[in-house]
Amino acid sequence: MLSFAELKSLTKGDVEGLKKIKLAIVADSASQFLHIALKGFGRSVGLNLDIYEADYNQISAEVFNPDSELYAFKPEYVCIFRSTERLLKHFYKTDKAARPVFAEEEAHYAASLYAAIKEQLKAKVIINSFPELDDSVFGNFANKNAYSFPYQLRKLNYLLMERAIADHDLFINDMNALQGRLGRPVVFDPKMYLAADMPYSLDFLPHIAKNVLDIVRSVSGSFKKCAILDLDNTMWGGIIGDDGIEGIQIGDLGIGKAFTEFQLWLKQLKERGIILAVCSKNTDHIAREPFERHPDMVLHLDDIALFVANWETKVDNIMYIQNILNIGFDSMVFLDDNPFERGMVRNGIPDITVPELPEDPAEYLEYLRSLNLFETASISEEDGERTKLYQEESKRVQLQQKFTDEAEYLKHLEMVSEVRPFDSFNAPRVSQLTLRSNQFNLRTIRYSLEEILDMAGSADYHTFTFTLSDKFGGHGLICVVVLKETAPGILFIDTWIMSCRVLKRGMERFTLNTLIAAAKEKGCSTIIGEYLPTKKNGIVANHYRDLGFTLQSDGLWALSVQEAAITENFITAK
Amino acid sequence: MEQSQVLEDITKVFIKVLGNKNIKLTPDTVAADVEDWDSLNHIQLVVAVEKHFGIRFTSTEIQSWKNVGNMCESVMKRSAAK
Repeated sequence: MLSFAELKSLTKGDVEGLKKIKLAIVADSASQFLHIALKGFGRSVGLNLDIYEADYNQISAEVFNPDSELYAFKPEYVCIFRSTERLLKHFYKTDKAARPVFAEEEAHYAASLYAAIKEQLKAKVIINSFPELDDSVFGNFANKNAYSFPYQLRKLNYLLMERAIADHDLFINDMNALQGRLGRPVVFDPKMYLAADMPYSLDFLPHIAKNVLDIVRSVSGSFKKCAILDLDNTMWGGIIGDDGIEGIQIGDLGIGKAFTEFQLWLKQLKERGIILAVCSKNTDHIAREPFERHPDMVLHLDDIALFVANWETKVDNIMYIQNILNIGFDSMVFLDDNPFERGMVRNGIPDITVPELPEDPAEYLEYLRSLNLFETASISEEDGERTKLYQEESKRVQLQQKFTDEAEYLKHLEMVSEVRPFDSFNAPRVSQLTLRSNQFNLRTIRYSLEEILDMAGSADYHTFTFTLSDKFGGHGLICVVVLKETAPGILFIDTWIMSCRVLKRGMERFTLNTLIAAAKEKGCSTIIGEYLPTKKNGIVANHYRDLGFTLQSDGLWALSVQEAAITENFITAK
Repeated sequence: MEQSQVLEDITKVFIKVLGNKNIKLTPDTVAADVEDWDSLNHIQLVVAVEKHFGIRFTSTEIQSWKNVGNMCESVMKRSAAK
C-alpha cells in the first residue's frame, strides 16, 4: 500500500490521458487529508479525480439544500464520510429513552440523505460503515443491552447494509471491515483527532482511499473477471510430475490444508462468476490427474473454464487464454508461486494483475483477501453459469474447425434467439451488460438497475433484449438495444451492446432485422446510429457502415427503414 | 542524541514531507519562516518526526512548542527515555 506521503506527491503528477471522474466529499469531520489521499490514489490507478470537498461538518446543509455547491458541482459520486467519534457524541446526547431506537433513527437519516441526493443528481452515493468502538461503559454486557453504544452501532451498520440492498445506487464503503483487518491502533490516532478533528490516522487514509476507489472503479466498469492459476505449489504443495498423485500436498497431507482452503475460496469466486483458468508448465494429462482423481481436491475440471498445461511460455499461454475468453488483460489476475514466472508475465503483459504471493502458502489466502481484488458492483443469476458458457464455447471452436465454410458452420449450430423488451426479470442482467461491456458497445453509456427499470416503463424508449442459444447450450441474454424516438419518425440508437461471446454468429444482422421490423411497425422512417470511440470499443468502429448505414455530415449514421434490405443470417426467432 | 544531530534529522523529515529541498532549520525557526508549514502540514510533520525517531509525543507537549528548538528538546527527552 502506498503511504500517505507518496499519495500526496502523486497529486502533483501529470493528469494527461487519465480518465476524469467527478467526486464529492461530504464529511462530518476534517476531510482535507482524505481529499489528498483520494486524489493521489486515483492517480495511482489511472483516474483523474475532480473533487469537490464540502466545508467541515456540513453534511445536512449540503445535502438538503437543492441550491448547495454540492449540487452545482454535479458529481458522479457523492462520498459521505461519517465518523464513529461524532456518532458516539450524538449517542451520549440522546435521551436514554430514545437510545434503543438510535440505530433506526440514524439509518433513517442515512436513507433521507440518499433520497435527497437522488432527487438532485444521477450520482452514486457511497457511505461508510462505522468502525466499531467499544466505549466500555457496559463491558461485554453491551451485547445484552439495547441501551449500549456498541449494540446500537452494530445494529446501525447492519441497517445500512439493508438500505444498500434496497437502494441500487447506494454503496457501502466498509470501513468497519478495514478496521477489522488493520486494527483500531492503525485506524485511529487520538492526537490527530484532538488536534484537528481527524478521526483517522495518516496510515489509515490510503486504505480508505483504495476502498472508495475499488467501489468507484467497479461501478464504472473496471473489475476483475478471471483468475489464471498456476498448479504446482500454487494449487497444491509439491510438483505433480515428480511427486505423483499420492505425493502432492492437499487435504491432510503436509501443509495441504493451506491449499485446500485456498481452493475453497477460489471455488466461491467461481460460483459468483469469476472465470477460473489454469496455466501450468506441465504435461497436460499429468496436470489434469489431480482434478480428476484426487479425493481431496476442491476444484474439479468442470470448475475450470480453460485448462492450459504445456511447455510454452506463460505469456504465450495467457495470450491464448485471453483470445478465447475475449476479455481485457486488465480484468485478469495471475496467481503463481514462482517469482520468475510472475516477473515474466508482468513484463510481457503489463495490464494483467500479478499479486506478489507470499513465500509461505499458509499466507496466500490472507494476503489475497487483503488485496480485495474481486470487488464487484452488481451480481446477476447468470454469473455463476459463466464457466459452463466458456466450456461450451471451446466445444464450438472444435466444431468450427471441421467446417471450412462459415455459413455451413453457422447453419449447423441451429441458433435460436428470443427477443423481449426490458422487464423486471431481465433488468439486472441488462444493467450489468451496460456496466461491464467495453468492447462491443457503440456508445458506452452505463445504466443502473433503476434507470433500466425507468426505461422499461417509459413511452419514449423502445427496448430490446436478445438471447442466443444453439445446439451446444444457451448463451443467455447477450444483446441489448435501446431506441429513443428523438423526433417523429426518427429512432435513435441510444445503446447497442453485445457480448463478445457471440461475435461472428450473424447476431448483429439478426438484431438489425429486428430493429427494422420494429421501426416499420411503429411507422418510423429512419434509424440513426452513433459510434462514440473509447480505448476499448475499436471492434465496432465500422459497425454501422458494415450494416449498410450511411454516414451523415454530423458524424451520425442513418438507415432508411423503407430501403433497408433484410440481411441474411442463420438465427431463428423464438 | 546531540541537538545538532536531532536538528539535522528533523530537517530531513521536513524536506521530505514538504517536498522542498531548500529548507534550513535552526532552533529558532518558527512555522511562519517555512513555506507551506501550515496547521495541516504540521500534523503530517509531527507524525513523520514521531515515526522517524520511534517515539510518541503527548498532545500537551506538541501544543507547548514555540519553535523548532522546542521540538528538538522533546525529541531528545523522549529518545533518552526509550
